[in-house]
Parts: sequence; structure tokens; C-alpha cells
Amino acid sequence: MPISLKNEAAIAGIGLTEFSKASGVSELSLSAQCIKAACDDAGISPSEIDGLVTYTLDTTDEIEVARAVGAADLSFFSRINYGGGAAVGTIAQAAMAVATGQASTVVCYRGLNGRSGKRMGQGVSGQISSSDLIHWSWYTPYGMLIPGSWIAMIANKYMHKYGVTREDLGLVAISQRNHALRNPRAYGYGKPLTMDDYLQSKQIAEPLCLYDFCQETDGGCAILVTSAERARDLKQKPAVIRGVTQASTRGQEQMTSFYRDDLLSLPEMEMAARRVYAMAGLGPDDIDAACLYDAFTSEIIMQLESFGFCGVGEGKDLVREGALDIDGRLPNNTHGGLISEGYIHGMNNIAEGVRLIRGDSTGQPPKAVEHVLVSSGVGVPTGAMILGQGL
Amino acid sequence: MDARIKPPMELDNAWWWQMADEGKLGIQRCLGCQTLRHPPRPMCGDCHSLEWDAVESSGRGVICSYTVLRHPQFPGYEYPLIIILVDLEEGTRVTSQLVGCEPQDVDFGLPVEMLIQEDPDGFKLPVFKLRSEI
Repeated sequence: MPISLKNEAAIAGIGLTEFSKASGVSELSLSAQCIKAACDDAGISPSEIDGLVTYTLDTTDEIEVARAVGAADLSFFSRINYGGGAAVGTIAQAAMAVATGQASTVVCYRGLNGRSGKRMGQGVSGQISSSDLIHWSWYTPYGMLIPGSWIAMIANKYMHKYGVTREDLGLVAISQRNHALRNPRAYGYGKPLTMDDYLQSKQIAEPLCLYDFCQETDGGCAILVTSAERARDLKQKPAVIRGVTQASTRGQEQMTSFYRDDLLSLPEMEMAARRVYAMAGLGPDDIDAACLYDAFTSEIIMQLESFGFCGVGEGKDLVREGALDIDGRLPNNTHGGLISEGYIHGMNNIAEGVRLIRGDSTGQPPKAVEHVLVSSGVGVPTGAMILGQGL
Repeated sequence: MDARIKPPMELDNAWWWQMADEGKLGIQRCLGCQTLRHPPRPMCGDCHSLEWDAVESSGRGVICSYTVLRHPQFPGYEYPLIIILVDLEEGTRVTSQLVGCEPQDVDFGLPVEMLIQEDPDGFKLPVFKLRSEI
């Protein structure tokens, strides 16, 4: 009998460090701090942690974290590959572990000195990991070294086909900056962004400019997962996992899926959508708010189509209608997202999804939020999750 | 002088760069089902044959997509750097650079043809230029 993860597990705690451009502490310290904060948020002791999950890109081993925070004996530890594509995947691992009894209290974490240490924006020019060395070598000799260069190739084709303008991307950046203006943790707090600012900013990888890129950030974020039943008795209102899945499709490459017939959509995100809606028994009309992965603005517009919020080529129309704004159809990344809060590799978008369910986001929409959709990295093997209220 | 990043030459990809060194744009061909594939892989995902050879592309194709890279600027590359996806006549697609073209002149669907660029250090790689005749 197939096991569904619907309503089996819940997020009972979220923990964050301060976000900065120079933390001055180690990545291990960031991870330990955010994990302790997640335990405090849930009202449990770190000594109850028996499972840990992180990204393959994280430099901090699970056992280092376990010793640092004084975790219990670990019966489950796991890592997910593909950069930001891991975000929701870590929660899928935790939910499976909880649902099958492998562990009872699993913390997913990501701690990185993403600005003062190893910068994503510096690309694969220096330290290419050996396992996918050949893959990157089809691009690096030509000078495609940074994530923006890989994403721009898809964005340009998509924008050309459907008449998406730079102003449309600008609307996404400004919408998320406006959310960040309400969020003291955010990089964009106190820094309003106008369309003029956007259009006059430096071109990086055409058609993408400076404000289309996320904010390289130092910080940590941890998400505590336990059974939905246990979460009801803990300190916070639980964000119940209605559905969660990973997704990778035919022709998938990491960031450079350039060889599929059609470069105008995100097949892996469409797969994630089908699976997560099916597991949850929900559809796009049931989703009240979203935290769509946003390393780049163009990814938001394409995902609106992947998740069925509009038809093919209509993502820009939703954006022009103000759908992503706080009073819009689908308030999105109400903390500012990776673009304007900080780039904690998507874990901070999961934390915001939890806040929206609890009702205590600084960008809480003026409506009931029953279900929130959260996605993982775009252009990579990815995943999606739907969080809901209670059982 | 700074040089571009060199590809590792391993079992599954060195042949392609060796063909480039000989002035050719290679495409891997499955000997089980004759399917052309790029980037190269050791097994055919359709018929699972491990047997393959390489054909030489005509080098002609059209621009499927492109981006103009301006920042950050890495040593070994000249900016602005026009990167293109080329739909080759043979049906496969390849990622490369467009040379001899100003950023404002690149566009979707333009015909291009391959040439081999040789760096000062002797490294050769296939790049493309706009093709006037169609």
C-alpha cells in the first residue's frame, strides 16, 4: 500500500540567525545557532533531536552540528543535492523519516557565509566539485560560470516567446522589495526600490540586471519537523505538511537543461506541481499565498505557469495585475524572498511559509491563509510543498 | 596572460575536445539506434547501447537562445561575451560563443556557422559566427 505523507508531519519550529554580509562567525556556528533557535521556537530541547538533514552544498557535517547543539543519538541523517533544489527536499526527507518512525524530531538546516565566504555569484570558476566536473565543462570554457548566466539563457527565450518585458521582471523585484520594507530581518528593509532604479541598474547577464538577482547573504535557517500529532501539543501552531515531493525530469541538468525540445517551461516544476497537488488533494485555487523560489525574478513568472495559477505565457499578466502583492491573488515571498530578504538557499522561504500559516508574518496578507505553496530551486532538480492549518 | 578555464579530459568527453583540436565539431552517435546525442553520455538512454562513434557536424545551425554576459568579468574571457545555444542542422543543440558580432546584432533564429578559435596558449574550441547566406 502506498504511503502518503499527507498530514503525517508538521513544522513545529523555525529558527534563524541574524542575516548579514559578514557574519564574523563560522558556518558551523550559524547552523548551531539557528537549530537552537528552532528548538526554542518549538519549545523543546536540542537534546531531543534525533534526525538532521541538510544540503550537499552545506559545509557543516551533521555530527558537528549534533555535538555543537547537544543533540540526542541520531537515527536519521541525510543530504540533498543540487543547491537550492534541495530546500523542500530536506523537508521531504524529514517528513518521510517521521512518518516511517526512523526519527521523531528532525531538524533541516542550512548555514552559510554566502557573502563573506564562498559566493554563489562567483560561480564555478574556482572550486568545481569533482562529481559533476564534466557537466560544468560544457559551459566553463565558454565563460558561463555563474548561475545568472545559465538562467539568463532560459529566461531570454521565454521572455522573447511570450512578450515578457524587463518591466515585468522589475515588477517582481519591486513587489518583493515592498514586502521586505516591512521585515526588519531583510536586506531590503529601509531600501525602497523604484522602477527607475531597476531599469537603470547594471546589466549582468542579459536580459537579467542587478535587481533580478538574489542577495548573497551570511546566515542560517533551521526547520524543525515532527509528527503532526505531536506538533499539536508543542508551543507553536503547527504548519502541517499537506504534501511534499521532489522532482527531476527527463533531460534534466543542473542549471543547464538546454537540450530539451521546449525551453519555454519548467518541466521539473510542473512535475512537482502535479505530485504535490495530488498528495494534498488540492489545486491552485486552494493556495492562498506562496513562497516560490526566487534566486532570479524570471523564475517567479515561469513558476506561476508551472503551478497552474495561470495559463501558458500568462505569468506576466498575473504579475501586472499585482497578484504577488500583499493584497493580491497570490501574495508571494512576503518576507522579501531570496531577492530582498536574503539568500539562505531557500530555507528562509520555508520559514516564511510557516509564518504565513501561523499568521505572524510581517507581510501577513489581509485575508485567511489556509494553504501556502513553497517551492525549491528553479532550473535544477527541485521540489514543492504545501503547508496547511491544523489537521 | 590569463587563459580560459580548460575542460577536464575524461573518458566520457575527451574525444569531443580532441575533435575540436582537429578543427571539427563532433556529435556523438549511438551505434545501437543511430540516435545523435549531445552532451555526450556513455550509454544510450533509448536503447542502452554502450557502443557509439562520432560524426562531424556541418557546423551550420540557427540561434535557439542567447545571453550577453557583462559582469562579473573573469580573467581569460573577453566582455561583453555573447553565449548562444545553437540548433545544429543535424538536430542536436550545442552551447557555444558567438564571435565577430556586436551585442545589439544578436537575435533568435539567426543562422550561424562554426569556426575553431585558437587561444594564445594553443587551446582550441568551437565557436560560431553569423552566417550571411541562408
